[in-house]
Amino acid sequence: MRKLALSDEILLSIEKPARYIGGEINMVQKDPRAVDVRFCMCFPDVYEIGMSHLGIQILYDMFNQWDDVYCERVYSPWVDLDEIMRKEHIPLFALESQEPIKDFDFLGITIQYEMCYTNILQVLDLSGIPLCAQDRTMEDPFVIGGGPCTYNPEPIADFFDMFYIGEGETVYRELLDRYKEWKHSGKERIEFLKMAAQVPGIYVPQFYEASYNEDGTIASFDKLVKEAPDTVIKQVECDMSDTYYPEKPLVPYIKVTQDRVVLEIQRGCIRGCRFCQAGMLYRPIRPRSLDFLKQRAKVMLESTGHDEISLSSLSSSDYKELPELVYWLIDEYRDKGVNISLPSLRIDAFALDVMSKVQDIRKSSLTFAPEAGSQRMRNVINKGLTEEVILKGAMDAFVGGWNRVKLYFMLGLPGEEYDDIEQIAVLSDKIAREYYTLPKEERQGKVQIVTSTSIFVPKPFTPFQWSPMVSKEEAREKRFFLLDKVKSQLNAKSIKYNCHDADVSELEGVFARGDRKLNDVILQAYQSGCIYDAWTEYFHYDKWLEAFADHNVDMNFYLKRERGKEEIFPWDFIDIGVTKRFLYREYERSKEAVVTPNCRAKCAGCGAAKFGCGVCVES
Amino acid sequence: MKARIKFSKVGSMRFIGHLDLMRFFQKAFRRAKIAISYSQGYSPHQLMSFASPLGIGLSSDAEYLDIVLDDTQDVQGIVEQINEAMNDEICVKEFTILKEEAKTSMAVLAACDYVVALKKGKYNFLQDKEYCKKAVENLAKKDKIEIVKKTKRSEKLVDIRNNIYCIKTDPKEFEAFTKVSYGKSKLDTEEYDPLFYCELTAGSIVNIKPELVLEALCHEEGQEFNVLDYQIHRIEMYADQNGKKGEIHTFATEVKCDLVPLSEYEAK
Repeated sequence: MRKLALSDEILLSIEKPARYIGGEINMVQKDPRAVDVRFCMCFPDVYEIGMSHLGIQILYDMFNQWDDVYCERVYSPWVDLDEIMRKEHIPLFALESQEPIKDFDFLGITIQYEMCYTNILQVLDLSGIPLCAQDRTMEDPFVIGGGPCTYNPEPIADFFDMFYIGEGETVYRELLDRYKEWKHSGKERIEFLKMAAQVPGIYVPQFYEASYNEDGTIASFDKLVKEAPDTVIKQVECDMSDTYYPEKPLVPYIKVTQDRVVLEIQRGCIRGCRFCQAGMLYRPIRPRSLDFLKQRAKVMLESTGHDEISLSSLSSSDYKELPELVYWLIDEYRDKGVNISLPSLRIDAFALDVMSKVQDIRKSSLTFAPEAGSQRMRNVINKGLTEEVILKGAMDAFVGGWNRVKLYFMLGLPGEEYDDIEQIAVLSDKIAREYYTLPKEERQGKVQIVTSTSIFVPKPFTPFQWSPMVSKEEAREKRFFLLDKVKSQLNAKSIKYNCHDADVSELEGVFARGDRKLNDVILQAYQSGCIYDAWTEYFHYDKWLEAFADHNVDMNFYLKRERGKEEIFPWDFIDIGVTKRFLYREYERSKEAVVTPNCRAKCAGCGAAKFGCGVCVES
Repeated sequence: MKARIKFSKVGSMRFIGHLDLMRFFQKAFRRAKIAISYSQGYSPHQLMSFASPLGIGLSSDAEYLDIVLDDTQDVQGIVEQINEAMNDEICVKEFTILKEEAKTSMAVLAACDYVVALKKGKYNFLQDKEYCKKAVENLAKKDKIEIVKKTKRSEKLVDIRNNIYCIKTDPKEFEAFTKVSYGKSKLDTEEYDPLFYCELTAGSIVNIKPELVLEALCHEEGQEFNVLDYQIHRIEMYADQNGKKGEIHTFATEVKCDLVPLSEYEAK
């Protein structure tokens, strides 16, 4: 029988004890004493969220294919257990061996969104690892960060020994080989950091120093040791069909957010929407081969027993062999009770045909993400979706029997006028009107339209990285304005309007484009009790305001300024392939509402071609 | 064809709740490529039902799951086939093909056997083996055992005496009563002492939880009952061969119950 780190008394007194017992189907079991490297992979949020993340599944599988490595997992303990662990001094443990994290060689933390920063500190703290990298000793694991937020790691630079900039499939082997070499050498901790800094894509923050101008902007960013590179180059997996991808993903006992097989059909996006960070970070687009995907789909469905498979990518419709793949899945699995889900699909004839085959039309809804209400605004953000296409897609769907539509928009986009916002209400109404042009006998009851808005947060490595973010007050005004406009539409009763919390978005905006001065703020917020900031019920805005005030850090410095063309950004030392020059050109084009064609239509010369793969070398 | 599976649920699997257990089996049957039958309709689901949900924290050697299999399923070696997709802590022990007219185990469940193991040093008044035996015997002799049964909406006083078919501290005596042999209990370890065994009414009409018996015992002795200081293990589930729908037979009723383990009831 497996030994557990927590006693029965504790497990029976907390919510969902299965979060902490491990032992899931396809969990890897190795003798921790028989490997050279113990690596603990962490997603700093609750189990159900962390277990739904594909990246960890890929890396877990990769690490455990190596005989000299044992990769285990840990997630943030929920607030109930957090309290007990602090009170009873129980060290945070990995799910597999149930042994303390502190005994590991590495703690790898994937950082998917800014609002998990205090949870990173929670994990370190409960593990008994000093929060700041400078305070760690030979007794502590090396803490390494990865994931989208590491493309501006500066606000959390103090807490990490290193960051891995790029895709995990590429240089981990090299990093671990150097680690083994160092481990046997008996040298000081810092010596390994110097060795790591020479691995392409590895950024060791303590080897760099920023100096600031009087206005608070960065004057220079300099390396302190010769081993550290001047720029850190994003690492890219070039061959997506000959690389690590799990055949036996973990299957949790409790229901998690993503309770299905996830098949990543391609990485990257050709669209170049100007607000989208992922669209720039993961360039160039690299599809996986049809054979690879079919093989993995089959093996994963067999090894997990899941009854659903989801095709994942930033824009599935841009996968050239999508119809072939989807119809194959339908033919192969529909009779075996397997559902097929296709998020991020452009609504067209093919999509409707597929959806009618794989979903219950009465229960499902159509999703459009126009992102902006007016055509002018959609040109500003380079979202190549026209009203005509939306209305046609909606009408085709209505004829096909659907009557529910979800629409996603952003508020506070750069250059947004009140007229653009009004157009969100108008477009929602037009879709409803379209429905009522159908003869009554062809309609399925009333049309239901759910219009949602989120607050636009400018992100690094996008054309809008120079833009100011909309203020909280303005965002609130815009929401009320839109609500009012929705209410005055002809079909107001068919339109439901949802909107997002502005306090959280504001903080997200600060962290997204923040610098090293924020480390102290985050540390204090954590120490004053902030964790699970992404969960509204645990978000303490007042504590955050206090932390900013105590450290004399002005949020508006990060939020409200339009940055100058020459300004040095905290993340400028990272090279993602896409150049700052290209991004600025896109910024200027956005101001003129000029559309830039997608990668397949015409190369825009963004710079990602330097990786020599994917769409950049497609014939 | 209708079939009944008897399985164990022990160790860390005690913390998997009932709905999650159902999902676990659904996925396990798919992994093991068991030709299980599906319901009709737009979102078909596997035809399966459990005899009685086991509370979180409890372990069991005799959980029952009814399934329907396609005729294409070969039943030779099916236990091994299913166990390929199980783990050490959830393990199929028996497989029985049922008569076509067989009712679900949930519908026919009449009684359950449990071991209640007290954490060493927690119930001091019961620490002395002889004293404990006496206390249990005294309880068994009573005409009336009243306890407060709490539901979400109300609290009411109920007499559970007639629903306790047997209560013993000696496993041999208990086995002699039930006529089923269990072997040494998994809870007979350093951690627990003493242990007592009971057979209680179960099912959809009246379902007596074993902790109620412990509570009654504590109450009788004027001692405090503490929810975390014991471990309960289910050892068998029964159907009543004299059972009629909506009736419960006890030694107080005219017709006595005639219990048989669910794995033997309505077997083909």
